Amino acid sequence: MNEPQITEELISAHGLKPEEYAEILRLLNRDPSFTELGIFSAMWNEHCSYKSSKKWLRTLPTEGSQVICGPGENAGVVDIGDGQAVVFKMESHNHPSYIEPYQGAATGVGGILRDVFTMGARPVAAMNSLSFGAPDHSRTRRLVAGVVEGIGGYGNCFGVPTVGGEVRFHPAYNGNCLVNAFAAGLAESDKIFYSAASGVGMPVVYLGAKTGRDGVGGATMASAEFDDTIEEKRPTVQVGDPFTEKRLLEACLELMQTGAVISIQDMGAAGLTCSAVEMGDKGSLGVRLDLDRVPCREENMTAYEMMLSESQERMLMVLRPEKEDVARAIFDKWDLDFAVVGETIAEDRFVIEHGGRVMADLPLKALSGTAPEYDRPWEPTAPAAPLADVPAIAPVEGLRALLASPNHAAKNWVYEQYDHMVMADTVRRPGAGAGVVRVHSTGKALAFTSDVTPRYCRANPVEGGKQAVAEAYRNLCAVGARPLASTDNLNFGNPEKPEIMGQFVGCIQGIGAACAALDMPIVSGNVSLYNETDGSGILPTPTIGAVGLLASLEEMIAGPAQDGDAAVLIGTGKGHLGQSALLFEAFGREDGDAPHVDLEAERRHGEFLRANHALIRAATDLSDGGLALAGFEMAEAAGTGLALKDGDAGWFFGEDQARYLLAVAPDALDDLLSAADAAGVPAQQVGRFGDAGIALGGSATPMDELKSLWRGAFAAALA
Amino acid sequence: MKSAVIVFPGSNCDRDLAVAFEQAGGRPAQMVWHKETSLPAGLDIVGIPGGFSFGDYLRCGAIAARSPICRAVVDFAKRGGLVLGICNGFQVLTETGLLPGALLRNANLKYICKDVDLTVETTDSPFTRGYRKGQGIRIPIAHHDGNYAADAALLGRLDAEDRVAFRYVDNPNGSAGDIAGVLSENRRVLGMMPHPERLADAALGGTDGAALFAGLAEAFAPA
Repeated sequence: MNEPQITEELISAHGLKPEEYAEILRLLNRDPSFTELGIFSAMWNEHCSYKSSKKWLRTLPTEGSQVICGPGENAGVVDIGDGQAVVFKMESHNHPSYIEPYQGAATGVGGILRDVFTMGARPVAAMNSLSFGAPDHSRTRRLVAGVVEGIGGYGNCFGVPTVGGEVRFHPAYNGNCLVNAFAAGLAESDKIFYSAASGVGMPVVYLGAKTGRDGVGGATMASAEFDDTIEEKRPTVQVGDPFTEKRLLEACLELMQTGAVISIQDMGAAGLTCSAVEMGDKGSLGVRLDLDRVPCREENMTAYEMMLSESQERMLMVLRPEKEDVARAIFDKWDLDFAVVGETIAEDRFVIEHGGRVMADLPLKALSGTAPEYDRPWEPTAPAAPLADVPAIAPVEGLRALLASPNHAAKNWVYEQYDHMVMADTVRRPGAGAGVVRVHSTGKALAFTSDVTPRYCRANPVEGGKQAVAEAYRNLCAVGARPLASTDNLNFGNPEKPEIMGQFVGCIQGIGAACAALDMPIVSGNVSLYNETDGSGILPTPTIGAVGLLASLEEMIAGPAQDGDAAVLIGTGKGHLGQSALLFEAFGREDGDAPHVDLEAERRHGEFLRANHALIRAATDLSDGGLALAGFEMAEAAGTGLALKDGDAGWFFGEDQARYLLAVAPDALDDLLSAADAAGVPAQQVGRFGDAGIALGGSATPMDELKSLWRGAFAAALA
Repeated sequence: MKSAVIVFPGSNCDRDLAVAFEQAGGRPAQMVWHKETSLPAGLDIVGIPGGFSFGDYLRCGAIAARSPICRAVVDFAKRGGLVLGICNGFQVLTETGLLPGALLRNANLKYICKDVDLTVETTDSPFTRGYRKGQGIRIPIAHHDGNYAADAALLGRLDAEDRVAFRYVDNPNGSAGDIAGVLSENRRVLGMMPHPERLADAALGGTDGAALFAGLAEAFAPA
């Protein structure tokens, strides 16, 4: 079949800038073929090349004695002792989820699970950080329902517990929802599988599901802004099949035990193209593929379509030739496709043959290593205007405003649609703070959290970036876990706008400083730019996923609080209300600066909690909503009430950082307070758990009333 | 207790069930692949685990019920063998005809994963002998299709024959007669939507599921 002529329209439809096309001509010394143009577009788009973000990503701390493998592979690998490692990453599926919420979210989960098991790890936990537009926006209900069902539909069938996450609503996401999926798996630390091919003439094997026309051009779509033609992009969204993914997982893990795998790479964005180039590039080898041998689901697929298809549940592997029979038998057992589709070659070439013709013959390194890289102009975000006066509000009224908002309401509606107990190791379920999962058949456990406060990041990107890391750190410490490392999913608007690029740079600076100070290196991550519709961007949303280790369950601060326990506040505050939840939910305001983060205090306070876990019955970090919301949530989880000493709005709702609320048994209180004194950690008793009501100073109401408000508000907001 | 757990390609609670069998019965469960045509000799009990046996793209459990191993499981049950089907396993057992009724989509059309309160309706079975009649227990559910369907005649017969093992206190999925688990006529096959293997360990937040496995193990303990 004859390929279309290359025209200016065709180049622009592939998301390539004129200067990028000029670079292609320079590299090839000739015009590219249509298939070659598609391959360049798939490799050089923002999604695959990180061309706007690379310069800044390099500044992030990625090393530490615990790190086995940092960014650059399918997922990060971190040592958890005893020859075991946790493998994790977070990745966005924003654009597809907005276009087709169920499949977009489902395949986001599928993609991140594959990233983890490609490295030889069995997934043991998942989380999701979701951002939607205003609850009353015409699209929000459908998006929330579809995304949540898609995440559940995929993860539940695959069989991984979803143990945590976030859900937020803000009008800035009306035109672009965010779906950030996290997965973590367990592996033996000396049996990690990487993507670098090695050896010339080694068979390149295609594994998993067949190739169809779904998702052709998906990565390019995900690197563009949206406008009113968005419905036309639906065919670029892939369709997920979790049953096949489950079989692929089992088959891959079985295969990896046999010693047959030289290198392996999942087919994610830009499918066959990206996976083959990645393996060749990392191994400094070329790759030759014969597309006639690719298992296809549809007839008459062209080379262009096969190279750009984003059909799901597929892997590419370089195989030890002598093990081919063993490998094939495993894939037969699981009823999955197994086809030798090419070989590694010595020259730096990416050769694609189809129907006896060479459809592409490109320098392989140039597709990846020398892809364009930009130092985009950026403007630092201007300091926020000072906070205007905050009107008086009865503390209980302020708390009601928070509990009635879907941002702070109970999220049962969401997480009860996710299987959070499969594998029977979930010792701390979703709902409050970090989820905790046992490391199967050991005494250890892992804690997982995902955090970011986008309003802070808009008002003050540097402090907002720090805060996202600090909150993740606190959530891990609050369950008694030692923070190990983190993954970042950086969601921003159009990087070609200097003010957006300024948000990006500021957030990275803040994240970098916090990760270094708290020893939580970034080991993997993903960047999602161009989250804009008709020129209007999202709030800067650098989601931090973090993992902590409990050497034994004895170390866990398990909760719940009990009647009579003292409520102890760790840390100090000045009643910071700028960009607070109270301001937004009670008064519809988003002014003032973000709270500033004292990283040294964060570390000291976190270490204090871990060192004194035996004296603490329950703990929660103070984040948005401040002391009042944290106190309510702890009391609610314990099925009791709480009385807190009186103060102003800043006392109850201030969002100063480095703070925790603890429940301490009366007979442990003195010990805890003197330990705090000795450690130089501010600690004071601020109230007592018990009774059937919430009393915020003199402002009181029955717990039952608040409970039903909090439990019903999410569904009510979306009804 | 000599136990086996059937493994379909989409089973995902197979390990969880094997752990529960082993913890109660003291010896590892044998994992049996769905393409096998016979069960290991000398088994005391066969477990059909939760999950999505063949993706559940057709009726849940329908393809699994026609797999080679299920013919062996049906024979085993007909000879009086003990069979426990949990969640997807319950769906498979109704599809094989070993248990009456069917499991439809939840009444709210959503997947539901949470702890629910159950009442133990009968202690007259090897599975429920470890409980007290009328005992309230808390066990999690995790399913999209747990809405037990039975006509009035079947419900009457199940009641008359004391074959309802568990009922929901606050029916989460629309099940007829609030039924969460049913026994076969010979009382040696149990299908239930809730997952007792998920709350059989204090670290997981509860142990109400443990009595089911302990009761089974006791029956097979060497004298």
